[in-house]
Amino acid sequence: MGFLTFAVDWLKSPQQWSGPDGIPIRVLQHLEYTVLSLLIAAAIALPIGMLIGHVNRGGFAAINTANVWRAIPTLGLLILMVVLLGFSPLTWLIPLVVLAIPAILVNTYEGIAGVDPDLKDAARGMGMTQWQVLWRVEVPVAVPLIMLGLRTAAIFVVATATIAAEIGLGGLGRYIIDGLAANNYGEVAGGAAVIVVLALAVQVIFVGLRRLVVPAGLREQVRASR
Amino acid sequence: MVWSWIPQNWTLIWQYTLDNALLGLVPPLIGLIIAVPAGIACVARRWLYAPVLSLTSAIYALPSLALFVVLIDYTGLGNLTVIIPLSLFSLCILIPAVVDGLRGVDDSVRQAATAMGFTQLRRLVQVELPLAVPVIIAGMRVAVVSSISLASVGQLIGVSSLGYFFIDGLQRSFPTEIYVGIALTIALALICDLILVSVRVVLTPWTRGRRAQARPFVVPVPPPVGAR
Repeated sequence: MGFLTFAVDWLKSPQQWSGPDGIPIRVLQHLEYTVLSLLIAAAIALPIGMLIGHVNRGGFAAINTANVWRAIPTLGLLILMVVLLGFSPLTWLIPLVVLAIPAILVNTYEGIAGVDPDLKDAARGMGMTQWQVLWRVEVPVAVPLIMLGLRTAAIFVVATATIAAEIGLGGLGRYIIDGLAANNYGEVAGGAAVIVVLALAVQVIFVGLRRLVVPAGLREQVRASR
Repeated sequence: MVWSWIPQNWTLIWQYTLDNALLGLVPPLIGLIIAVPAGIACVARRWLYAPVLSLTSAIYALPSLALFVVLIDYTGLGNLTVIIPLSLFSLCILIPAVVDGLRGVDDSVRQAATAMGFTQLRRLVQVELPLAVPVIIAGMRVAVVSSISLASVGQLIGVSSLGYFFIDGLQRSFPTEIYVGIALTIALALICDLILVSVRVVLTPWTRGRRAQARPFVVPVPPPVGAR
């Protein structure tokens, strides 16, 4: 019996598809954690990234801080939160947001700071204010990189929300953690299969989103750079 | 924070730090061994890169815990079950790094090597790969730091690492253990990062004196427009 046999057997059983710990509810929970954390992280990281990118200062410090950030073990952070705070929404929300911020921040900074200086000069020469330069020139040109940051952050959040089942969070990680605890490999395999599908679906959504928001003038370049 | 816990458990701490170092360092090395030829192939055959990139971005998106448990059925509860997924993640980071590094070599340099009579292989080994080292090392830094930090997730399936202190600290509601685990993970990652920076300095003597090249998150996606 391979992994797939276990997973398919578990997935075929109708009891997995209804009730409070059925797959549809767990998928919705997982998406809820992901979307909420990403929105909060974006609300913090996008403005800061745009600001330091626009004035082009502090970027070196930001990038290096972000690299150290990556070393923070997610499991350790989650468990520390639950031991210190007990279980509340903040217990999982704080680590998920904290882990999503650097990817968004660094990519936004890189995108804005990397805009061709000639382009910015031209915009200023046309009489644009600082604000207009940021919103009409720098942000549109940086969109591909900003989207990349959001996508990377989404990868982190989906993965970390899975691990957060260890501290009692709902979502799809529950199947793996509960299955391991009960020595039920069918549940573990089925849960892992659903997580893999969800993670890939989130990627597909971001690829689609990128098509939608990348300005027409940049699309050829994006394709050419592949 | 119960400081006395640290000396009392010194052997345990040392053991798990070593385990974690192994799980954090072997995967990036395996990834590198595969990524260099794969990256060279992607540069030589341009059409190959787009599908490879799609594949690596898809793999990179998968949660580590899901991959670990998928492998349990094939490789059991040993180190290999953690090493294989982490090697895959490293590969996803390193292939774009190798391709970016090789593509970044100035065409005039390449032509000069050809004009001096270098064969293609010799040009690759003696000119292009050394010039790509800074970008490849930048990728290795991301791969090593991520692997060290992700290795602790393996503890959830019982593969020992510094994650032991997280799980044990959770079961005993003992924060000291968790602080020690987190601090050692970060320290281990920073030491390895420092070693990699030194390796780059040694391997690329011509870059000395210039400001170190800072790179953003190297992620398996097409190179950004307008950046770098």
